[in-house]
Amino acid sequence: MSVKIIVKNAVKKYGDNTVIPNLSVDIKEGEFFTLLGPSGCGKTTLLRMIAGFNSIEGGDIYFNEKRINDLDPAKRNIGMVFQNYAIFPHLTVRDNVAFGLKQKKMDKKTIAEQTDKFMKLMHIDEYADRMPERLSGGQQQRVALARALVIQPDVLLMDEPLSNLDAKLRVEMRTVIKEIQHNVGITTVYVTHDQEEAMAVSDRIAVMNLGEIQQIGSPKTLYQRPANLFVSSFIGRTNIMEGRLKVEGGKTILCLENGYETELTNVREECRMDQNVKVSVRPEEFVINTEGKGIEATIDDSVFLGLNTHYFVTTKGGVKAEIVQESLIDSILPQGMKIHMTVKSEKINVLTEDGSANILTGVLNDKPE
Amino acid sequence: MSPTKKRFDIWTVISLAILGLYGLFLLYPLFRLLLESIFKNGAFTLEYFTKFFSNPYYGTTLVHSFALSISATIFALIIGVPLAYFYNMYEIKGRALLQIIIVLCCMSAPFIGAYAWVQLRGNNGVITRLIESLIGHKPPSIYGFRGIVTVLSLQLFPLVHMLVSGALKNVDNSLLEASENMGVSGVKRFFKVVIPLCMPTILAAALLVFMRAFADYGTPLLIGQGYQTFPVIIYNEYFGETGTDHNFAAAVAVIAIVITAIIFLIQKWASNRFEFHMNALHPIEMKKATGLKNVLIQLYTWGVVLLAFMPQVYVMYCSFRATSGKIFVKGFAMTSYQKIARDVPLAVRNTFVIGIIALAMVVLLAVLIAYLVVRRRSKLNDTIDTASMIPYIIPGSVVGIALVIAFNRKPLVLTGTAFIMIVALCIRRIPYTIRSSVAILQQIPITVEEAAISLGCSKLEAFFKATLPMMANGVLSGAILSWVTIITELATGVILYNRNTITLTLSIYTMVSRGSDGPAAAYATILNVLTVISMLIFMKFSKNKDISF
Ligand SMILES: Nc1ncnc2c1ncn2[C@@H]1O[C@H](COP(=O)(O)OP(=O)(O)O)[C@@H](O)[C@H]1O
Ligand SMILES: [Mg+2]
Repeated sequence: MSVKIIVKNAVKKYGDNTVIPNLSVDIKEGEFFTLLGPSGCGKTTLLRMIAGFNSIEGGDIYFNEKRINDLDPAKRNIGMVFQNYAIFPHLTVRDNVAFGLKQKKMDKKTIAEQTDKFMKLMHIDEYADRMPERLSGGQQQRVALARALVIQPDVLLMDEPLSNLDAKLRVEMRTVIKEIQHNVGITTVYVTHDQEEAMAVSDRIAVMNLGEIQQIGSPKTLYQRPANLFVSSFIGRTNIMEGRLKVEGGKTILCLENGYETELTNVREECRMDQNVKVSVRPEEFVINTEGKGIEATIDDSVFLGLNTHYFVTTKGGVKAEIVQESLIDSILPQGMKIHMTVKSEKINVLTEDGSANILTGVLNDKPE
Repeated sequence: MSPTKKRFDIWTVISLAILGLYGLFLLYPLFRLLLESIFKNGAFTLEYFTKFFSNPYYGTTLVHSFALSISATIFALIIGVPLAYFYNMYEIKGRALLQIIIVLCCMSAPFIGAYAWVQLRGNNGVITRLIESLIGHKPPSIYGFRGIVTVLSLQLFPLVHMLVSGALKNVDNSLLEASENMGVSGVKRFFKVVIPLCMPTILAAALLVFMRAFADYGTPLLIGQGYQTFPVIIYNEYFGETGTDHNFAAAVAVIAIVITAIIFLIQKWASNRFEFHMNALHPIEMKKATGLKNVLIQLYTWGVVLLAFMPQVYVMYCSFRATSGKIFVKGFAMTSYQKIARDVPLAVRNTFVIGIIALAMVVLLAVLIAYLVVRRRSKLNDTIDTASMIPYIIPGSVVGIALVIAFNRKPLVLTGTAFIMIVALCIRRIPYTIRSSVAILQQIPITVEEAAISLGCSKLEAFFKATLPMMANGVLSGAILSWVTIITELATGVILYNRNTITLTLSIYTMVSRGSDGPAAAYATILNVLTVISMLIFMKFSKNKDISF
């Protein structure tokens, strides 16, 4: 049975140090939900509050309608997967997986069946009688996952489960995790600081910074319509430029460097006024213009990556920017060359001058008020 | 929206229980000891302290004790640190045997060394006569200050070796290679790199050696010949043949505690300046020294170790000598063993029963306390931590006397029982086991325990099913040393034992004090054999072959 998790105005303090000032989030039943944010922003802290290993200094946490603030961690029926695997080194793979079932005092036959089933599912059945120290990191993490899932928990919690693996294994394991989660259909809270990993596995992501949630949404929403400057630069790569908005004859015009102007049709009604703005342009949202129109820039360097070519440029106004172009067959633009570039105005994001909010329409944020 | 309050759980109960035990068996006795020193027939008085400080005789014993302990500490370091260095850096022939001998050396009851040295180098000793016949006149006497320092240094350097070896195991080989790359090698490297890296441990070893030397009264008693030391007063005033004064003994004990506490604080201050942590990814690789260097290294390591071991070999040899009355005569016989045959079974049984129960209690309590200290930091547990470390700085005889004072009267009469001896052993040994358990626990990620809890374990189950098995190996290698210390403990035992609770070590002591050298030697031999057997059993079952302190 899966549950929905509701966190309401949660507060976490270590002594006088408030790590999470006031955090609310609703996690839907059966979804793969990721907490994403830079190191030290409080992801682990929040996860451990849900698990019951951290005290809660304020607010409430519910599994469905049941308040669990004071419920013993052992009684929350959660499965947990840790960054360092936390496999019991003194038990074989089989005994590790069976540990939770034995703890529930199930009968021997059920234990054996369930253990076998999950070891098969995670492809670790051939190591069943090995001691964990003779397994690779990836295999150990599979054991940890099997051990967490075999007890049929209501919630699966994972804290940076892949960060101790090498890059290739990480990509492989995240597919495994996503598939398993999908098959089992269990509510999952996943913690990572790697935005690419978060995008790859999640149904929805909560972007955190300094103990506060910045935005909650699908990977696509976060990438295309970030709610603020932090989200736009933390998710994917982006270039931030200064700009000015002006309203002329019912049209909203964005003025950028070098007198380059472009019309915006998706600025929110209440924000249509003359003001300074920050503009977030992703590398693929620049277009190199051969007719001398747009922002003027000089090419500093280029990196050819097969499908795409990345150009690193400095604009005439001194802003460093990155551009991605589909690789052309003829040639790569040489260093030192002067170019002009325009932006794809329907794709770029325009933010208030302090970066605290996106002023375009279509910004979705599931963050509860 | 009420903030969750700190949960009251099973560990809180354990904390309170342990604190209760310390309150009853340590703090209360020390409190009684203090009362005893400042009350005379129910009235407050400082006369016992005045007596100590107004009579120059007592002051002199204090000066003597300091002179002895400082000298013995310095010599033990000078011998022990290079020994540890050679032992861990170079291939030594017969390592395993050397290891066992070293443990035997530092575990023999302190007075055995003194006793054997008297036999060997006394006025009429074997070696004294040998030297005399070689050089024509008597060599310098072993008695007095010089003798005590020699015996104590030889007795205590193996301890330094064991502690410093532990530190060297945490030195990463790359540090040594790096210093070599920078042109620091050989002797220079020893002083510039190795010593500073081991400094915290060397200071800890210095404290330990100092405390042992300071508390020892067997050696000065046997070999001092008028060179009176401080602990001897405590013992004489409490258990002497004539003119004992319990209140005065208590006062001297209190002074002893104050002094050792001051020493402890000085050491702590000194070692705080060297605080850092090491963890070797690549432990030091032992090298094979060549040529003259190799010869010298082998000679030094085996030389000093055998020198320290000689008294025990001599004692074992004596146990097989024929005796007539209390005197050894020519030839070999089993008479010494025959004489004690009737009493040995009881002593062996006591040694094992008391020892095993004490060891089990020591390990259990130390592991629990370590857990509380590492994983459950709180005021309550800090108090336990401090209380458990108090015995570290209190001489064994003082612990013994405090227990007698507290428990030889109603409501709780425990003197004369095996129970009180077990309590004393626990109090004495737990500080060491806690330190090593804490170190082990700090290496174990807390997530293992949380994994167990999330799989449905209660907190206590998680500890016993996940954390404890992971600690087992480390705790085991500490336990063997605890075991050896426990079965050879003398300081408290000599105060607390009686006919029914006598152990092997105490039997040796009573025989020596009666002048029955043969039976004493026989007991000592039996004890040594049992110690070696228990170490061999341990080495067979333990994964890592090292005995750690
Ligand atoms: N046990 C603790 N005691 C005190 N401060 C802590 C403790 N655990 C975490 N913190 C602090 O809380 C903040 C958030 O930590 P954490 O949740 O581990 O971050 P993340 O998992 O996002 O990297 C950090 O500033 C960290 O220093
Ligand atoms: Mg973290």
